[in-house]
Parts: sequence; structure tokens; C-alpha cells
Amino acid sequence: MVPIRSVPIEPGSLTYHDLPWIIEHREDRCTLCGQCTSVCPKECLHLTYRRQRLPNLEVLSSKRGSEYRTFVGIRQRTDMVHSCIGCGMCAMVCPNEAISPVPNTVENRTLFLNNQKGEAYKRGGRRNTTGASLLDRIMFDRISMLTDPALDAGRHEFTLSTTIGRILSPEEYLKRIQQGGWIPPTREVFPFVIGSMSFGALSPNMWLGLLQGVAYCNEVLGIPVVMCTGEGGCPPWVLKSPYLKYIILQIASGYFGWDEIIRAIPDMQCDPAAIEIKYGQGAKPGDGGLLMWYKVSKLISRLRGVPEGVDLPSPPVHQTLYSIEESVMKMIQTLSMAFDHKVPVYPKISASTSAKSVLNNLVRNPYAGGLLIDGIDGGTGAAYNVSMDATGHPVASNVRECYLDLAAQGMQNEVPIYAAGGVGKNGNVAQNGMALIMLGASAVHIGKYIMQASAGCLGNEQNRCNVCNVGICPKGITSQNPKLYRRLDPDKVAERVAETFMAIQTDVKKIMAPLGRSQSLPVGMSDAIGINDKDAADRLQIKYVC
Amino acid sequence: MCRLALKTANDPFSPYEVLEAMEAMKEGYDGSGLGLLLRGMEFEDFKYNPRFPILSGIAESKKAWKRLDRFMEDRGYELKYDHKFHTDRSHMDGKDRYRYFLRAYRMPEEFQGKPMGDKDKEDELMETRLALRQDGEKHGGDLSVFSFWPDVAMIKEVGWPLQVGNLLSLHDGQIKSRVCMAQGRQNTNYGINLYACHPFFVQGISTMTNGENTAFVPIRDWLLGQPFKGYMGYQSDSEVFTHILHYTLKQLNLPLQAYKHIITPLSLKELDAHPQGDFLKGLRNVCKRLIIDGPNAVIGTLPDETCLLVMDQKKLRPATVGGRQGAWAIASEMCGVDAMIPDRDPSLDFQPMREHTVIIPPARKELEIWSQYDQFPLSLAA
Ligand code: SF4
Ligand code: SF4
Ligand code: SF4
Repeated sequence: MVPIRSVPIEPGSLTYHDLPWIIEHREDRCTLCGQCTSVCPKECLHLTYRRQRLPNLEVLSSKRGSEYRTFVGIRQRTDMVHSCIGCGMCAMVCPNEAISPVPNTVENRTLFLNNQKGEAYKRGGRRNTTGASLLDRIMFDRISMLTDPALDAGRHEFTLSTTIGRILSPEEYLKRIQQGGWIPPTREVFPFVIGSMSFGALSPNMWLGLLQGVAYCNEVLGIPVVMCTGEGGCPPWVLKSPYLKYIILQIASGYFGWDEIIRAIPDMQCDPAAIEIKYGQGAKPGDGGLLMWYKVSKLISRLRGVPEGVDLPSPPVHQTLYSIEESVMKMIQTLSMAFDHKVPVYPKISASTSAKSVLNNLVRNPYAGGLLIDGIDGGTGAAYNVSMDATGHPVASNVRECYLDLAAQGMQNEVPIYAAGGVGKNGNVAQNGMALIMLGASAVHIGKYIMQASAGCLGNEQNRCNVCNVGICPKGITSQNPKLYRRLDPDKVAERVAETFMAIQTDVKKIMAPLGRSQSLPVGMSDAIGINDKDAADRLQIKYVC
Repeated sequence: MCRLALKTANDPFSPYEVLEAMEAMKEGYDGSGLGLLLRGMEFEDFKYNPRFPILSGIAESKKAWKRLDRFMEDRGYELKYDHKFHTDRSHMDGKDRYRYFLRAYRMPEEFQGKPMGDKDKEDELMETRLALRQDGEKHGGDLSVFSFWPDVAMIKEVGWPLQVGNLLSLHDGQIKSRVCMAQGRQNTNYGINLYACHPFFVQGISTMTNGENTAFVPIRDWLLGQPFKGYMGYQSDSEVFTHILHYTLKQLNLPLQAYKHIITPLSLKELDAHPQGDFLKGLRNVCKRLIIDGPNAVIGTLPDETCLLVMDQKKLRPATVGGRQGAWAIASEMCGVDAMIPDRDPSLDFQPMREHTVIIPPARKELEIWSQYDQFPLSLAA
């Protein structure tokens, strides 16, 4: 027996089947080209020398014993830093189908060790829960069968746009028209908005691809898609371009990038689509933004006006001398004023049991152009795992409650509610989005879905990949390292954005046509939906169907 | 699909004429209900003064009848005329009703000096109607009240139009009116309930519809949230059309033409080219919650005897208007117009398209066909 002291066993030692992903490598197919090892973002593959015993099987001879051969093999590293994340890039590049990661279905011991150096576990992605989400289970069940000639999704005209911005009551509108009062600015946009992902969290190529795709949707396809920047500003060439009208500029507690934006105002050719003030995020409620130092490249440091290579945390709260209500009011007002009251301004909060109070504050604030509620299933580029997995509130009941609250005051849609967080989580983007719209949302924001659909993001809710926070994104989506983001062709991303929105548009029509709706987006059409879960149905005040 | 017929004429006529037109269009409904609205009343046995509001409804029992009497008296109304229908049950297989009533009252003193159009007076009439309706609902539905308004009578009953007409002997010339509209209802998904029968009525404004309003629930939710008490009921998805018309005319004080711009606004692209595009875009935006959907033809009448017809945005339902000076008819089927006004030039019949509002002004000289693309008749829109 080997003396135990010569085997390196420490409390944190792991073997390959303790890891979340186990690499299956077929020696017989591998040509040792080395592509897998060089592409692996975690450097978990390494070439090692191995010795193989070749037993002598000559039956008739008296010769016994074995011979040995030495060969070069590929092995998986088993320390935490190099544990495989299952991204599958190795399999993608291997010319011989010799390697692939397989999820460990027995036990994942890294869960107990992912707090190395006293750092709690951080990652990108979103809540790791699998299976059909509540939104996936909602059915559109009010089919117009009795009196309608069915609408034809392919032939009839559909009005699918929604409004960003404060909507006055009809009485107030007419009064202001008569007296020459201020009419709050609004925008008619496609109800699926590309949610806030910052220039910084995303690579320059990803950002460029999205923007190109959005411009194509608007200018060629006639689908009025808008996208939100996220915190961290916007490249000056975009600020001064005619594409700014497709962009929602986000301001968050770090105010990163706003020097640049304010300076660019005099040179702007058009107004931005809207301003989003981030107070909270569904993936990590009560937590600020975080751009880890790995991603603070030269470009990012210039855009944000900070030194290179330092962590950029945004505080969880807006630093202010006022109470939160006052701060929200003042900030909305200030930003509205900065853009001459011509741009809708709305806050984004994380879904929460307190969302209704926020909404009621906004109702009294004439400058508030909506409320974005981001649910627990929202994604992020970097957050503590515990925030992502366990903190927050699902979006559906929160949106429903807020909508019904406004309806009771005869004010629904006056402060439009936008919903985000897990829309399209399992690929059913149009279905999820329309379910939220029928529960009362005026629009939905999609982030992770767009990364998956347009750039092939590898992340999933079994914690595949999800290393967006450390700048090693193997697809080049969330990395500031040119070697990585060069992998992502912006033109191809743009193409996928266009394809994605064309398909969403068709799906939305396919949902609306059987319901007999085509004139306006069916916001709050709760009679059209049902769910096969009695408790959920009661909570959402929709039909229970089975 | 329901069938609709409206006739408006300078000379009062019997509602039975309209029921016969319904008979001509018989194929389209299942006899689950008939609703009738008469305006510009004339009674054979009473010289009716159009200042007196008429209470229309059904009492199911003597008790309900007594309660009604007492309620009206306590509220300060003086009964001037109590119309008795000659009922002939042999025509019907439905359950017996205690009393169909049309009763004209003199208003309580404090309202007598006030002209029609006075808000307090109109609210009082509506609140009285709603209070009676509520009272009936509280007592197991033994009392239904359909309208309470000067110069307006309403009848609703389950059954085929002619059956109901014969039941109430509407052919006997006892009641006549200058405007009569009727709907034969095909039962949609809301069960048979008399309050679910068209036409619907609120403060003198009434509409009826053939079709289905698929945007019903969000619109209803919004109307229910308004402080105005009359926006209630909603046993039928079409009731919101009446309430939106009321909201347009009475709450927003907009001209009739705005109705079409509210329920089926032009697209943003079309509004870009409209002379008052900016105003109308704003109106579309603030009234987005009232955009109707689904196939519908809406026919209505206003307190001044104006009649109107509008179509849904895709014109998924038929409707025809035709007539001659002094007498006009609107029906969901052409044969309905034929039956009501045979002595007209049918080549002048008009079938409105999606952008049209057909208006028959109270003078009944000619049709006004107004298009959404036309200049909007409001100075503030300029
Ligand atoms: S799956 Fe990804 S992390 Fe794992 S070995 Fe392959 S390339 Fe490396
Ligand atoms: S890419 Fe495939 S063939 Fe090349 S070294 Fe890796 S496993 Fe072997
Ligand atoms: S592919 Fe990139 S963006 Fe997607 S989960 Fe991995 S690291 Fe994050």
C-alpha cells in the first residue's frame, strides 16, 4: 500500500466525479490536436503523460508479465479553480467527437467548497431551477368559436405595439389640450424589449450586434424593437447617432457613464427611447450592480470614467439625502427635465411584496412613465449565488396584483407596467410574454433569452457555463477580452436578432388570432388565460382549467 | 350571430313593424332573447308629455310590484300613467311574469324646473333605476328595470321576436314611437339573463350589437374602475359599447364622431397623414383601453333621436342602412331594411366600411356618412 502521506489529500480535495460536470474523453478517437484544451475557458483540460500496462497474453510460452507504454492523454483537473463548467466548448471544437462534458447526476461536491478564500460563490446567469415555469403552464383558452369568423394570423392586420410612457386619463388629456398643458411623451414600441445589459457586461461585439439587429428590425422589418443599455453608459458614437431613438438609457446607483451621456446631449440627433432608472434587479434584489475587475478593460474604463482593472460595484441604494420616495420622485423629475420632458422616464424595481406601494407612489408622480418589475427569474452578469437563487419574488403575481390595483382605481395602463424575469426561460418566449401581458403587463423585457437566441449563450438553469462574471465567456458574449469576443461576429448576432423578432411577431399573432384579438395588444385580457393549478389560478384571479 | 333592426321615422309607428323585419332575418338567431327600445313615444290612451320619464321593466310578483310603488313614491315621483299590456300567454312557453310595465312619472319637485341635460337630473334618473335594479337583485331577481328616461321605453323578454310581440299585443297600436330598435339575440357564453339582452341603456344613450367583443374584459375592468356609477352590469360583452358611447359624449363631451376614433382608431400610419393626426394620436393613446376588438356592428340612438351605425375595424360583420326622407332603417341584413322600408330606392342603400360612422340626424332628411379620414369636427383638435 502506498503510504497515505504521499497521496495529496486535503480537506478540499476532489475527484472528478465530485465535480458538477464530468469529462468523457475517448482516447481511441483523440488525435491530440489540442483544440479542446486551448478553447476551454476554465483551463480544466490538461495533457498528461500516462503509462499503460500491456499484459503479455502468450498462452503457450512460459513468458509472463507485462509490458508498458507511455502515452499522452487528456485529463480533467479536479481543483475548484479549474473545475469544468459544462460549457461544452471542448465538444464543439473537437474534430473527432472525442470529448464532451456530462452532468454529474450523483453528487456535486463543489457546492460545499465554492467559498474559496472566504469569498461567497458568485456567478452569472439566473436562478437555477429547472422544469416548466409558471408562465410556461399558462394556456390561452378563450378561443372565439361561436360568433367569430376566425382571424388569420397570416392575412389580417394586427396592431402589436405598446406604449412606453405615462398615459393621461382621457379627461386630463382633453383638458391639457384645451389649456395647452404638458402632454407626457410616449413611444410606440414592440412589446418585447431587449432588457438592460450593460456595455461592460456585454462585449463590444455583442453590443454592436444587438444594436445592428435592433436597427434592422426597425428600419427594414418595421418591428419597432427597442433595447436598454443597462448601467454603464453608451458609446459616444451611438449617443450621437440616429440609432439613439431605439435605445433606452439606464441610470443606476453607480451613475456610471452618465458624464458621457450628459456631455453628449447637445450633440444628440434624436431623443433616446426612454430613460430607465434602476432601483433594483430581479436576479439580485437589494444588491447593487457589479462589474468585476476582469472585465474593466481600457474601453470600459474610458466609457465609465474609471481606472482600468478595478472592481466596479454600484451601491445597492442611490446615494441620496432624501427619503426613498422623494429620491424616486426627484430623480424621475430631474431626468425628465434633462431631456426637456420629451423622453419617458420610468423606474425598474425588483419584484417584491412592496411593489404595490412603489406603484402607488408613481401614480402620484406625474413624470413617472411606467414601472418595470423584474422577477426572481431575471438574469445577471454577476451576482452572489444566494441572491440569485433565493432572494426575490416571482414576477407573475406581482404584476397581476399591481395591475388589479390600478384597475380598481380605473387607472390601468396609465402607469404602464413592464414585466421582466425569466421570460422565455425555457424557450417559450412569445407564450411567456403574452401570458404576462394578459395578466396586465404592457410589455416584457427579455435579456437572457436574447443572449441565448441571438448569440448562442451556453448558460442554463443547471448551472451550465454561467461564468459571465469573470470575463472568460467562451462565446465572447460577456467578455472584454478581444481574443474571446473576436469569436462573436456582430453581423451574425444582428441576423439572429432579426430572425428572433420576426418569429416572436408571428407567434404573437398566432396567439392573438384565435382569441379574436387584433386591434390592440390584449393587456389585462385575463379571461383568455387559464392554468392547471388551482392555487396559482386563485392567486392570479384567472381560470383553473384541467 | 345576433340580428339587429332599427327604424326611425317622422311619423310614429308600431314596434311590431320592426319585429316583422326581425322575422325576415330569422335565420340568424336562436330565440334566446329579444330586446326592444322605443324612443319618441306615443300612447293610444294617454297624451304623453315627453318631459315625464318612463320606467320600463318587469315585476315578477305582487310583492315586487308593491315595493316598486312604494319606492317611487318615497323618492318623490308621482305616477302619471301606467301602461297595461294586453298579455296573451298562449304564445309563450316561458314562465309567467307578474307584470310588464311602462310607467310615466312626474319627477320630484326639486328637479321639475331643471331642463333635460342637467347633470343632477340625469344622475337622479340613473340612480333611481340602479337602486331599483339593485333592489330586485337583492330579492332574488323579482324586479328588473331596463330604463328610466323621458320618452324612452324598453322591453326585454326571452323568446322569438314575434312571439314576444304577440305576447304583449304590440300589434294593437297602443304604443308607437318614432325610433324603434330591436335585437334578436343569439345566446353567447353568458347565459340567458334579461339584463344581457341588447339594447343596453345608460342615461338616454342606447346601443345594440351583433358580434362579439373580444376585448371585453380589460374594457369592463377599466369602466368598473371609473367613478361613474352607471358603468355596471356587464352581463353581456356588448354592454361596454353603450358605456363607451356614453363616456365619449357625456364624460369627455366629445362629438359623436369621436366614438369611432375611440373604439376603432386609425393606425398610427394612417394618423400620420390625417389633418388632425397629432390630436387623434393622443386621443388614441389615452383611450387605448377602450379599443374594441372582434367582429361587431354597433347600432345606437341618442336622446335627440339621432341614430347611428358603426362597424368594427375589420368590418367583419354586415350591416345596411337605407330609406328615404322621413324614414330610415338600419339592419344587420339587407332583407331587414327591405321589410322595414319597402318603398325606398334600394340602389341608394349604404353598407358602411370600417372607417364610416353613419348618422341619421333627428330631422331624418338625409344620411350623414362620416369617415374617420375626414376632418375631425372639434376646434381643440386643430
Ligand atoms: S465543457 Fe467547457 S469547461 Fe468543461 S472542459 Fe469542456 S471547454 Fe472546459
Ligand atoms: S479536440 Fe478532440 S481530438 Fe483534439 S485533443 Fe481534444 S479531444 Fe482530442
Ligand atoms: S456563454 Fe457567456 S454569457 Fe452565456 S452563460 Fe456562458 S459566460 Fe455567460
